[in-house]
Amino acid sequence: MAENLIKPENLVYEKTNAMTDRVLHYCPGCGHGTAHRMLAEAIEELEIQGETIGIAPVGCSVLAYYYFDVDMTEAAHGRAPAVATGIKRVMPEKYVFTYQGDGDLAAIGTAETIHACNRGENFLIVFINNGIYGMTGGQMAPTTLENMKSTTSPRGRDIKTMGSPLKISELVAELPGTYYVARHSVHTPANVRKTKRAFKKAFQYQKDNKGTCLIEVVSNCPSNWKMTPVESNKWMEENMFPYYPLGDIKVPQ
Amino acid sequence: MKELRLMKGNEAFAEAAIRAGTDAYFGYPITPQSEVIEYLMAQNPEERTGMAVLQAESEIAAINMIYGAAGCGKKAMTSSSSPGISLKQEGLSYIAGAELPCVVLNVVRGGPGLGTIQPSQSDYFQAVKGGGHGDYKLIVLAPATVQETVDFVKLAFDLAFKYRNPVMILSDGIIGQMMEKVELFEQIPRSDEEYDWATQGKKPGKDHTIITSLQLKPEEQEKVNLRLQAKYREVEKNEVLYESYNTEDADYLFVAFGSCGRITQKAMEMARKKGYKVGQIRPKTLYPFPVEVINKLSDQVKGILTVEMNAGQMVEDVRLAVDGKTPVEYFGRYGGMIPSPDEILNAFEQKFIGGK
Repeated sequence: MAENLIKPENLVYEKTNAMTDRVLHYCPGCGHGTAHRMLAEAIEELEIQGETIGIAPVGCSVLAYYYFDVDMTEAAHGRAPAVATGIKRVMPEKYVFTYQGDGDLAAIGTAETIHACNRGENFLIVFINNGIYGMTGGQMAPTTLENMKSTTSPRGRDIKTMGSPLKISELVAELPGTYYVARHSVHTPANVRKTKRAFKKAFQYQKDNKGTCLIEVVSNCPSNWKMTPVESNKWMEENMFPYYPLGDIKVPQ
Repeated sequence: MKELRLMKGNEAFAEAAIRAGTDAYFGYPITPQSEVIEYLMAQNPEERTGMAVLQAESEIAAINMIYGAAGCGKKAMTSSSSPGISLKQEGLSYIAGAELPCVVLNVVRGGPGLGTIQPSQSDYFQAVKGGGHGDYKLIVLAPATVQETVDFVKLAFDLAFKYRNPVMILSDGIIGQMMEKVELFEQIPRSDEEYDWATQGKKPGKDHTIITSLQLKPEEQEKVNLRLQAKYREVEKNEVLYESYNTEDADYLFVAFGSCGRITQKAMEMARKKGYKVGQIRPKTLYPFPVEVINKLSDQVKGILTVEMNAGQMVEDVRLAVDGKTPVEYFGRYGGMIPSPDEILNAFEQKFIGGK
C-alpha cells in the first residue's frame, strides 16, 4: 500500500484542494499549469476557496473554469476586468481574480484593463505573457518581441508597421489605482515560489481593499514558438526577460 | 407608499430602478438617455438602498459588468441609446448564451450610424431578432407612456429571472424625454437570494458553479440551443401582452407600438369620426409578438395598416402573423421624424379607401 509508506513528515507534495481533478488541456511544457497551481495553492493556503470568484478569459486559458475549484465565470474576449468589476461591485466581500493572456488583456481588452486599474478595482489580475496568441494558433500578440516570427508576422515583427511590444504592466503601474504590480515566471522552482508569494500578497491586499493588483507571469509557448519545452525556457530567458525584466514593478509604499 | 409625481421618462425609469430593488446599474452617457445615470448619481442609491451605480468606460464594459453582476444572481441593469446598444450586442449574446437575467433600456434614436438624437423605432429588428451573434432572443417590452416605462421595470426583472434571459425595454426619445404624471410603486427591498446557477462563492460539499456559454462539442452546443428554443416557446406561450382598442366591430386594423402607438390611436379616433370602423392593436411585448390576436383579427378586417417610426420593420412580423389572409400596408416616418395623426389618417385613406 503505497499511501502507507508516506508518513506525514515525509510528505513533500500534495495536490491542492483548490484545483479540480480534471486533466489540463495545456500543451506539454506550457507554463499555464504551474501558474494555475500556484494561484490555487495561494487560494487554499489563505483559506478563501469558498469566498473566491474567478474569471476565465478567451485564449488558451478559456477553460480555466474547469480547473480552479472555485466559482468561475467565462468572459468575452478582453472583458474579464469589466466582468470582475460587476462581480466585485455587488459582492465586495468576495475575493475576485481574472486570469488573462496577452491578447486578451493587452490587445482587445486594453480599455477594460486600464480603466479597471485606474478605478483601483479591488481584484487581482493574473496576466500570462507568452508573446503570442496560443489558442488561435500562433498569431502576433501585442507583446510579441521585435523580429519575433508568428503566423501573422512571418518575417518577424516589424515595429515600423506593427508597433512595439507593449509593456502593459509598466503602463498600469503608472496609474494611482494599482497597488501592487509585479512580473514573475514559473520556469524554475525559485521563480515558481516567488510567483506564489506574489499571488498571496495580492489576495491579502485585496482583503484590505488596497486597489488593483496585477501579477504578470512571463511564460513560454513551446507549441507556437515551435521549440521543445527546454528550448523554449532558454529562449524565454534570453529574449523575453531582457525586454520584460522580472521583479516588482510597483510595490506598496 | 405609492406616490404620484410629474417626471421625465428617463428619470422615472431611474427612480423605478432604485425602487425595484436593483442591485447594480452600469452605464455610459449617450443622448437621449443620459438622464438615467445622472438621476441615479444624484439620488445616491448607494445610500438609499445599497445599489451600486458606476459610469463605465464604454458601453462594452458596462454590459460586461452587467454580465458579472447578473452571474452573481443580482438584479443588474444598464441603459443606452441605439449606437450604444449596438456596442452591447456582444455582451447580450453572452448573457443570453449563459442564461443570465438582466434588464436593458434602449431609448432609441434615429440611425443608421451616428444618425440623429431624435426619436425613432429603427432598432426594432435588432431588439426582437436577437441583435448579436447566435440563435437567441431578448424579451422585448415596448412602453407607450412614462407610466408603462416605470411599470415595465418591475415586469422586466420578473421576466428576466423567471426565464433567466435578458429583457430589453424598447423605449424611444419621445418617451425618454417627455414629462408625464406617473404613479411610482413602493420600494422593493434588495434581495439576498441564493441561486444554484450563480457565482456566489463555492459552498462546502457542493460543486463549484461555472457560468459559460462555451461548449466545444457540437452535440453539447446543440443541446444548449434546444434548451434555449424550448424556453423561447414557453415565453411565446405565456408572456404576450398587447392593448386592443375598438377591435370588436373593426373593418380595418392599425398596428403600432410605443409612442407611435399613441399617435396612431389618435388617428384611429379621427378615422372613426369620419365613419371608418378602425380598431388598433398596440403590442406591449414585441418579443413575444402578439401573433394570435392579429391572426384572428385578420379574418375579420379588410386590411391592416402598420405604423412605425422606421422604414418598415414590425410590418414583417405583422405579415407573418396575418399569413396572407388580408392586405397589410405600412406607413412610417423615420430619421427622427414623428408622424402626425393627420398623416396616418391620410395614409390609411390612400391605401385602403382610395384616396381623394
